[in-house]
Amino acid sequence: MNRVAVIGVGMSKFGEHWDMGFREIMAEAATKAVNDAGITGKDIEAIYGGTMSAGRFVGQEHVGALIADAVGLNPIPSTRVEGACASGGLALREAYLAVAGGHYDIVVAGGVEKMTDVFSEQAAITLGGAADQEWEVFQGATFPTLYALIARRHMEEYGTTEEQMARVAVKNHANASKNPLAQFPFEITIDKVLSSNKIAEPLKLLDCSPITDGAAAVILASEKVARKFTDTPVWIIGSGQASDTLALHDRKDICTLNATVVARKKAMKQANVKPSDINVAEVHDCFTIAEICAVEDLGFVKKGEGGKAEEEGMFDLNSDISVNTSGGLKACGHPVGATGVKQAVEITMQLRGECGPRQVDKAEIGLTHNVGGSGATAVVHIFSR
Amino acid sequence: MPHRKSLSMIWRRIPERYRLEGTRCATCGRYFFPPRSFCPDCRRKGRIEKATLSGKGKVYTYTVVHVPLEGFERYAPYILAIVELDEGPKITAQIVDAEPNEIAIGMPVEMHFRRVSEDGETGIIHYGFKFAPIKA
Repeated sequence: MNRVAVIGVGMSKFGEHWDMGFREIMAEAATKAVNDAGITGKDIEAIYGGTMSAGRFVGQEHVGALIADAVGLNPIPSTRVEGACASGGLALREAYLAVAGGHYDIVVAGGVEKMTDVFSEQAAITLGGAADQEWEVFQGATFPTLYALIARRHMEEYGTTEEQMARVAVKNHANASKNPLAQFPFEITIDKVLSSNKIAEPLKLLDCSPITDGAAAVILASEKVARKFTDTPVWIIGSGQASDTLALHDRKDICTLNATVVARKKAMKQANVKPSDINVAEVHDCFTIAEICAVEDLGFVKKGEGGKAEEEGMFDLNSDISVNTSGGLKACGHPVGATGVKQAVEITMQLRGECGPRQVDKAEIGLTHNVGGSGATAVVHIFSR
Repeated sequence: MPHRKSLSMIWRRIPERYRLEGTRCATCGRYFFPPRSFCPDCRRKGRIEKATLSGKGKVYTYTVVHVPLEGFERYAPYILAIVELDEGPKITAQIVDAEPNEIAIGMPVEMHFRRVSEDGETGIIHYGFKFAPIKA
């Protein structure tokens, strides 16, 4: 396999872009990434675009071709990749595999979601499409409901508390306050989280990631050409993907996302790193309990100790492992198809030392972790300078 | 409504939703609900047969839903749980005939046949299983 480098990154501001459509948001991120890489459009050989549900959010399918059209790159091949909220991470992996396998030297992995063109009830129904329609949604399950079921069980088995979950939101907002592209660049308090409206107990509004418009793009290059364009390539040294049952209830242990465990082990084996080698990580905190499960399933702490570790500040900026320096899904925002690619943008910038007030000291090895649904898809990438 | 469902989508699930008809692998004894047509453990050595579940189980985890799915507004706040059936499979279902403060993990519950939702005022009414605490 060829070594693969990230040579350029770009993302749009995350938020509610009433003045921009699907194509404008994608084009903004892609243009930034192309300029950052110092390449021209002619250098790009293929596009992999992650989007969960352009069909239901904006009525548009056939998004692969649309992305190539929007960025003026016809007739190169352009493929849409879908894995619910992991669509972006899967697009990154498909792009990585195409370059690692020697098919291309320069490709774009992009992710985009335009979520605010429908009312929030419709957005919730569309996101529910990531769950099992016949056996979860039919019964009245929404997405927060599924993570609430995980949270209640985690509390029962490990003594995790609502305050510990709230601490995740507080940390990620603190990081977002240092990220000008974040949807919510401001701090919040534990009391504010605990007193926010109940969504599905024990989850409150401020335990949940928001509805967001946004896009992100990264340019990947083979080792052969990477150094022609940059002196600071960031290498993808591990890539792992795994699946699990679509319905949460079909899993033996709902507090463990086995797809995360398997994807992490594969990626770390390839990269020859262990969890304690990671300096900075972007993990899938669609709900605060999801970050607690993630830090456990990624091997940063033992199963059941995630809540306590969050409470003790183990994952704060420049603590043991800096987790979700962008603000995470919670505070940077969660345009579902874009999220997995945005994570790679953040980690690349951290490893290049470009993150300003949220820069992690001596960041050498970074990790991204992107989950689809309640854990039926997980994809993990490991990056190094 | 989330997704207006065709009559056939609803009709074909009647055995499972009305009567908890699942399947079982005669080779390893594992029960499946919703039914599987092959056993993921025994693969080609598995022998699948029909098996109706007893409808008795325990609350494995639960939540009180305050922001309901569209179409479920009349029930909010409602209790949604994962119930672990006595035969092994776990299923997602509403808990009824109980207040939120009466629910606990491990509580014995049994299946009841109920109205679940409807496709608007003139659409199909969907029936299926919900669970309620077993009265002593």
